[in-house]
Amino acid sequence: MDWDGIGAMEFIGLENYVTALQDGKFWQSALHSFLLALFSAMSLFGYLAVALILASKLKGTNLLRKIYLIPMLLSSVAIAQLWIKVYNPQNGMLNSILRMIGFNDLPAWLADPNIVLYAIFVPIIWQYAGFYILIYYAALKNIPDSLIEAAKIDGASPLQIALRIKVPLITNVFKITLVLSIVGSLKYFDLIYVMTGGGPNGASEVMASYMYKLAFSSYDFGYGSAIGFLLLIITLIVTFIIRKLTATKEEIEY
Amino acid sequence: MQRIGYVLLYFCLGLVAVFQIFPIIWLFLFSLKTNQEIFAGSPFALPLDPKWENYVKVFEGGIGTYFWNSIWITAVATVMTILIASMATFAISRMRWKLSGLVLGIIMIGLMIPVHSALIPLYNMFLNVNLIDNPWSIVITYVTYNLPITVMILLGFYMTIPREIEEAAIIDGSSVHRLFFQIIFPLSAPVISTTVIINMIYNWNEFVFVNTFISSDRYKTLTVGIQNFIGQYMTDWGAIGATLVISVLPIIIAFLFFSDKIVEGITASAVKG
Repeated sequence: MDWDGIGAMEFIGLENYVTALQDGKFWQSALHSFLLALFSAMSLFGYLAVALILASKLKGTNLLRKIYLIPMLLSSVAIAQLWIKVYNPQNGMLNSILRMIGFNDLPAWLADPNIVLYAIFVPIIWQYAGFYILIYYAALKNIPDSLIEAAKIDGASPLQIALRIKVPLITNVFKITLVLSIVGSLKYFDLIYVMTGGGPNGASEVMASYMYKLAFSSYDFGYGSAIGFLLLIITLIVTFIIRKLTATKEEIEY
Repeated sequence: MQRIGYVLLYFCLGLVAVFQIFPIIWLFLFSLKTNQEIFAGSPFALPLDPKWENYVKVFEGGIGTYFWNSIWITAVATVMTILIASMATFAISRMRWKLSGLVLGIIMIGLMIPVHSALIPLYNMFLNVNLIDNPWSIVITYVTYNLPITVMILLGFYMTIPREIEEAAIIDGSSVHRLFFQIIFPLSAPVISTTVIINMIYNWNEFVFVNTFISSDRYKTLTVGIQNFIGQYMTDWGAIGATLVISVLPIIIAFLFFSDKIVEGITASAVKG
């Protein structure tokens, strides 16, 4: 529909979808969204490793687990503003520390179109690490001790126990988090909107921020809705594909 | 050998912990510094002479309004969600009527609708009923958005309440309303506290809806308010730091007191997928 949100609506068929499919900016933002999804999926392995260490019988893990979770509780806006300061080229924490170690020629992070997407991904890891570690931790703690004991008696090393027994036993949870993180990153918005607004020059534009920009900055509600609907369709398709790819017949029972 | 292994493991965990916590500590430190101190000194340095003035300045600048809006919107939306969700869950799980399965299904569909797909239709709807730039649009949206997950968590608990309790109450002559408000609702207190926490964190941190539906300053909540605020203080890092600390402090204090409940709540809400 050709509609600015206030005036009369005008039905224009599927034209908005045709425009979207030919819109280079839309594809660019979709590419960025998928890149973020890929990074998130990869970082899950890191979280899993931390959770495995955490769930082994160490002392003080309860406290550590809670410390990891703190960033997750903060609002995306506060996180974004904090990380804008961390990345500040002149006085930010990151460049100050790098300068103390002795690096000079430092990048401008958020202002550099080649780096910005990676720079944004770090706070995303920071925000969600505690959440995924917590889920994996809970799943690992659900594994009955008898299985671990049996493996130990059979002479398995701690590493073998972790990789051959614990990880396979929580694959179901891992699949759920895979869907959660990939679909979550496809819809990612708040942090990017506040940190860069999609800039510089569209280098960090993702689907959701592009939609928001179209609808609420240029008041092209029809086209914005079309992008929003495409976003919904894409996430549904991706969810379906992941489910299919990771489907296994056997159910895990303890 | 094993000792070295343990040291190494703790080192890894400690490193992650530092990565997670240090930016927040840095934020707190620079909220108490002057610009000169921040720019010239090391990021690890403690403030020589804590500048509490930064906080005073921010409060005089009017962050109080945003703070108050956040508090009342969070509180009202949370109470409404819990009340509606409890009653709905009670009706769905404890009463026999024809369409209860269908109603539960419709509520659960809400879990699957992404915020962004609903944003434009909601905006349009609120525009038509004249609720744009009115805090109630935010409250209504929060309640509806949190309803599915709240119902889901409550449902798990309601299923475990033995029928005998209800039967005994009814035999003793209690009405259905009394049964709900005086027996079932108090019984579910532990699980309600979990849902309250999830709701409160979500409502306190929510950004997109407020940013879209609210345009006048006096109705904005903290998340959107700090955006404007930081715009004003462009280069005054101390004031920006103070603003951010004020916005994250309530959550961190809540976490210190209720961390176990919060961990439980987040685990419960995560397994919905």
